[in-house]
Amino acid sequence: MGKIITVSSGKGGVGKTTTTANLGLGLAMLGKRVICIDADIGLRNLDVMLGLENRIVYDIVNVIEGRCELKKALVRDKRYPALKLLPAAQTRDKNAISEEDMENLAHQAAEITDYVLIDSPAGIEHGFRYATRPAELVLIVTNPEVSAVRDADRVIGLLEANGRAEAKLIINRMRPEMVRRNEMLDADEVVELLAIDLIGIIPDDQDILAAANRGQPVVLDDRSETGQAFRDITQRLEGADIPFLPLKGPSLLQKIFGR
Amino acid sequence: MNLRDLFRRRSPSGKDIAKQRLLLVLAHDRANISPGMLEILKDEIIAVISKHLEIEPDKVEVNFTEDQRETRLVADIPLRTGGARRRTD
Repeated sequence: MGKIITVSSGKGGVGKTTTTANLGLGLAMLGKRVICIDADIGLRNLDVMLGLENRIVYDIVNVIEGRCELKKALVRDKRYPALKLLPAAQTRDKNAISEEDMENLAHQAAEITDYVLIDSPAGIEHGFRYATRPAELVLIVTNPEVSAVRDADRVIGLLEANGRAEAKLIINRMRPEMVRRNEMLDADEVVELLAIDLIGIIPDDQDILAAANRGQPVVLDDRSETGQAFRDITQRLEGADIPFLPLKGPSLLQKIFGR
Repeated sequence: MNLRDLFRRRSPSGKDIAKQRLLLVLAHDRANISPGMLEILKDEIIAVISKHLEIEPDKVEVNFTEDQRETRLVADIPLRTGGARRRTD
């Protein structure tokens, strides 16, 4: 049985889908079989992050409604065929899926893969509930700012109340130069406030946007610090004890000459 | 360090302000009580305690403390000097 992991956040726009895409691809780069499920029905985006948008035939709702076998609906990644995507339905809404549907689907997927990664919709309503229901681990993505940390805390509280899944924290969009100037919460403070285990710190980097534009997640770029941060998380998911990178930010030379 | 940093040093940093604000909202969120409701609760606590003890109502503090993810309501209620002294006769 594969491990079922949901990427969630509460607040929208903190980098859930980017994280799911990079971790999915990163795990496939380690030779693991991965199925990424886009659970954001109506707002499909994991396909474009992964650069797989042109190859979609079926979607998650087709599978749940029994019109199509799970295996047939999976879109295989050309770069790393061990990675497969189950796309969200774009023209339906979240009520097309129940918590039980998602539970059954995720377990069915877990039988044929090493990892099932579920990209949760933003919010704490139905979409959040069905996306986190089957998870044994929930990765909570936040940014080092007041509203994102507050929303992450709500999500952690809700998960604790259910008592079902373990939760780990990913701090995205860290800006080392702002931390140095004391203008931004640092990772230790966010961890202290939220009181959960940290599994990754992702620096804020133009690489991410450039990579998203091309549909080539930054984890593929072995020179990128951001890519390295995602690769480190995949190693930690695999149980390796990888120290957190000291975030150095761009050096003076890099600033002058670009990368 | 430039001149701007020198001035900035006198006021709390953006980081410290963010942390203080977060500590407060998280405490209220976790306990599911708004700051206004906490004031009402505080007034009621003062009223109840005052029936039995002479206290300093202006110095009463009712706050949340956080230990990991456990939230506690802590009331600090100073007694009026001599007010609670035990009678010896």
